[in-house]
Amino acid sequence: MLTKRVIPCLDVRNGRVTKGVKFKNNVDLGDPVEMAVGYSDGGADELVFYDITASAERRPIDIGMVEAVARAVRIPFAVGGGISSLPDMERVILAGAEKVSVNSLAVRNPRIIAEGAAAFGRQCIVLGMDPVKSGRTASGYEITTRGFREFTGMDAVEWAKRAADLGAGEIVVNSVDADGTRAGFEMDITRMIAEAVGVPVVASGGAGRPSHLVDVFRGAKADAAIVAGMIHSGEYTITEIKREMHAAGIPTRMNY
Amino acid sequence: MVTIVDYGAGNLTSVKNAFAALGVETEIVRDAKSVERAERVVFPGVGAAKSAMDNLERFGLTDAVRAAAVSGRPFLGICLGMQILFERSDEDGGVDTLGVVPGRVRRFPDVPGFKVPEIGWNDVRVRGESAAELCPLVDGLEFYFVHSYFAELGDATAGVTEYAGTGFTSMVRRGALWACQFHPEKSGRIGLNLLKGWLSC
Repeated sequence: MLTKRVIPCLDVRNGRVTKGVKFKNNVDLGDPVEMAVGYSDGGADELVFYDITASAERRPIDIGMVEAVARAVRIPFAVGGGISSLPDMERVILAGAEKVSVNSLAVRNPRIIAEGAAAFGRQCIVLGMDPVKSGRTASGYEITTRGFREFTGMDAVEWAKRAADLGAGEIVVNSVDADGTRAGFEMDITRMIAEAVGVPVVASGGAGRPSHLVDVFRGAKADAAIVAGMIHSGEYTITEIKREMHAAGIPTRMNY
Repeated sequence: MVTIVDYGAGNLTSVKNAFAALGVETEIVRDAKSVERAERVVFPGVGAAKSAMDNLERFGLTDAVRAAAVSGRPFLGICLGMQILFERSDEDGGVDTLGVVPGRVRRFPDVPGFKVPEIGWNDVRVRGESAAELCPLVDGLEFYFVHSYFAELGDATAGVTEYAGTGFTSMVRRGALWACQFHPEKSGRIGLNLLKGWLSC
């Protein structure tokens, strides 16, 4: 049976993994490659790296880091942030990443999704989105961009459907409201999007306890969930999260 | 030395890195001569069946790959490299593929609750005697899959996986030819163990 994936997220700034709440108060957590190896050995099903400062500073992605991760880990990983063109996507994929994640770029230029899917296969193209609760759109969730700094007026569910139609192979729903709170995933928007699209949906933002993952898999039909602070802090291990998922009857990869 | 066939069907970095992690040297080749003289061939691939077949033709590799697959020398197909060993794929409106292994490749049916592509870790059950050598390295273990199309079960099926209510061929064995739908190079320690096992087949 296909298992539900647990995906550690590593936000990288100047070559170091950091964690902040709502993109503020960043704290140094360690070396990206060492952390990737630790999580991979510890049972992560996949990894995602965001070069969190790349977009804001209009700096290209750190390809050397992507190559180093690809040499060191044997599980799939995605890279996002700092990708502004098809050649950028290609460089990241050739460096050894399985997937590239586009977010603000795709809002500005939705065709990049179709172009990326045509060039590399849709499984390589992940749409990341940062929805926030809002009274301005039909679903009650509005897309923000550039690290929650800009509101777009776009409806989150409509955008997810459109991105899937354009060729996104997977959609990461990162709730602005839940991000960094460790109070649980935003269930409503995750479930709405999981039910609206035919491609896998990754829940992101708000994981603080193993039971939050159980909730989002069971109640919001997510295919995968991103964890960050709760494991970076050492409070929980991936194995502890997975044991709880397994005990709750969620298909979980336990043999690694 | 492991010879990896490069026919423009996706990125080979992961495959190369996985063998490097086992301390095994690889060469990436794109010409028929190199495939013909290879001791051990890895035939990877991601993407679509039609462009893969077109690319094999364009690089003059079609016959060399077909010959290597039935040569009795060790051969390992991965993902799309497994699918196009079959006779025909329904992808892109229907494509005749290499025909080294009898059978057909189809798209997953639309089943509520099952997303396509299948992305993630799924378990493999070994079927029949044919997979005996690699059986303990595979049976009941999870590997990483990314695919929208699958090969039907058939005589060459050595491993079965279930998705969207469908049992499909996740591993193929025919003599020295092995192939898998999943990505051993991206399946952690368990995937590396399988590659290591294949190296001693």
